[in-house]
Amino acid sequence: MEVAKLTNITRVFKIGQVETRALRGVNLSIQSGEFTALVGPSGSGKTTLLQLIGCLDQPTSGTVIINGQDATKLNRNQRADLRKGSLGFIFQFFALIPTLTARENIEMPLLLLRQKDSERKARVAELLQAVSLQDRAHHRPDQLSGGQQQRVAIARALATHPLIILADEPTANLDTENGKQVMEIMQRLNKETGVTFVFATHDPRVIEYASRVVTLQDGLIENDTK
Amino acid sequence: MIQLLKMAFRDLGRNKRRSLLSALAVSAGMSLLLLMASVVEGEMRGAMQNTIKLQSGHLQIRALTYNENKTSLKWQDLVENPQGMIEQLKSIPQIVSATPRLIASGIISLGDHSRGVQVIGIDPDSTANDPFRAGVVAGNFIQPDDREGILIGKPLAEKFNLQVGEKISLLVNKSEGNVDEQLFFVRGIFSTNTTGYDENTVFMPLAKAQNFTGAGNHATLIFIMLQNQEQAEAVSAALHSSNFQIVSWRKINELIVQTEEFANAYMVVLYLIVLGITATVVTNTLVMAVFERTREIGILAAIGMKGRRIMAQFLVEGGLLATGGVIGGLIFGGLMTAYFARYGFYIGDMGLTGFLLEDNIYAHLTLDDTISLTITTYVITLVAALYPALLAARMEPVEALHGK
Ligand SMILES: Nc1ncnc2c1ncn2[C@@H]1O[C@H](COP(=O)(O)OP(=O)(O)OP(=O)(O)O)[C@@H](O)[C@H]1O
Ligand SMILES: [Mg+2]
Repeated sequence: MEVAKLTNITRVFKIGQVETRALRGVNLSIQSGEFTALVGPSGSGKTTLLQLIGCLDQPTSGTVIINGQDATKLNRNQRADLRKGSLGFIFQFFALIPTLTARENIEMPLLLLRQKDSERKARVAELLQAVSLQDRAHHRPDQLSGGQQQRVAIARALATHPLIILADEPTANLDTENGKQVMEIMQRLNKETGVTFVFATHDPRVIEYASRVVTLQDGLIENDTK
Repeated sequence: MIQLLKMAFRDLGRNKRRSLLSALAVSAGMSLLLLMASVVEGEMRGAMQNTIKLQSGHLQIRALTYNENKTSLKWQDLVENPQGMIEQLKSIPQIVSATPRLIASGIISLGDHSRGVQVIGIDPDSTANDPFRAGVVAGNFIQPDDREGILIGKPLAEKFNLQVGEKISLLVNKSEGNVDEQLFFVRGIFSTNTTGYDENTVFMPLAKAQNFTGAGNHATLIFIMLQNQEQAEAVSAALHSSNFQIVSWRKINELIVQTEEFANAYMVVLYLIVLGITATVVTNTLVMAVFERTREIGILAAIGMKGRRIMAQFLVEGGLLATGGVIGGLIFGGLMTAYFARYGFYIGDMGLTGFLLEDNIYAHLTLDDTISLTITTYVITLVAALYPALLAARMEPVEALHGK
């Protein structure tokens, strides 16, 4: 099943008189269950592409279809709803809410979906177990290591059973050991739950985990190997 | 909602000092306003009650042609046979006391000193004159049959350096338009703690005043005290007659009523100014919080939180600051007001005409003022939170994530 389809995508950033063409006509189809690495040199457009798939940003031209729905035709609130139900995010800088504990961070997307209390509790417990953080449930982010924080972020991204999880350099701020652990968890969850992952990375050791590698160069897809 | 409150509470806790200071700013503004409102209220209430008690009563019955500003003693400007009329008034249950007063202008002099005064002939036995009886600070109150005794105000006695038992010359205007002069003994000295009244007033028994001024069996007015000031209009309507004018305290003291209305309007402006200042502190605090948390706002937006909810988050924070501020304001303001309600503060003689203000002002906090101030503080603080809340809600997730 095709969970995302991007057609003739361009994205031009304009700052004053200067135009940066971050993407210059990208076509990409993501199938359910894929574990895709987006690679390419710095400035090649990886982050920009992830943000477009994630409906955080709108393309200058082209269409982004998520689960059969054209995201470029949606307004702000509708895109927020789409993200809430179908997309999960993991960022390089962990991106947890500092005032909330690990379990409250994981619970947040479920609260936004207005899930019942008992359902939420069960799901959070399940997720804490999946990322092996049962004993850290009541710690705040500043009481967790970088690797632990990133595992909380993975659990949060997974909470609502999204179709696709988008991860922008999820291991860039981690040491080798923690980076490896995070990738292994992501891979395991991909196999066990079938959730689709698309992640951007520079790290050759991370690329090894991927089942598909899409290489970007100057805003164009240069190579796509499965 | 519980989630919103929990997050708002923790967010405010991140910078405790800043949050505390903004709540304190709201408290300070509010307690200041509570105190001011209660002082103005106390002053107005004090001035009105004092003026009613000493000078206007709740109702006055006067001759149709009587002009307050002329203190005319012509018989046609006076009330004839006041005692007879008072007998009739006794059947009206709302009337607590009714007593005749004859008011004449006079000059007292001793040696080289002289001073204009109002000479008031009163019925010494009437309970309406209790404030003066209770105010006697030296000597005795006057007796009905005394023909050469007067009671004078304390500031007046001090100016003339007069002691009880000493003699002083008093000159009055008479009904026929001429003047008469006589020596009187100071029987007593009184004080109502209202310098503006006490320094101008000399009392003598009504019978003597009528005789001295040639007013015959007449009085300037009948001074009436009711059980309750709100009965004035009803009683006045019941007494209505084409032979007299019946004037209520509200009409006689129009100046005070108007001043009070003006003061209330002025207080509203003051509310807006003071709370406007505290509001900028709240706005400032929340704008800082929005910028500090730009990235978090981006994360929340990324996981699907809508602008409305993000806005609500900051409004709830504003609401919590307002709550803290209001609670603090009620406590501080309440304490300050309680202190000044009990001990008052000395303003001395303000020398306002038409305004019998006691030399001390006592704060008086009304429930109305407290409620309206609480609501105003809430509303203004929430309005102050609106701009930062909108700022947060309008952020684009991508830009917020970049932490711009
Ligand atoms: N908000 C923006 N405003 C202006 N230009 C931007 C913006 N975001 C990205 N760009 C430009 O678009 C191009 C692609 O950027 P992008 O962040 O997608 O690259 P990347 O492949 O993720 O790089 P890196 O590996 O360094 O993260 C770059 O030239 C960048 O400067
Ligand atoms: Mg990038």
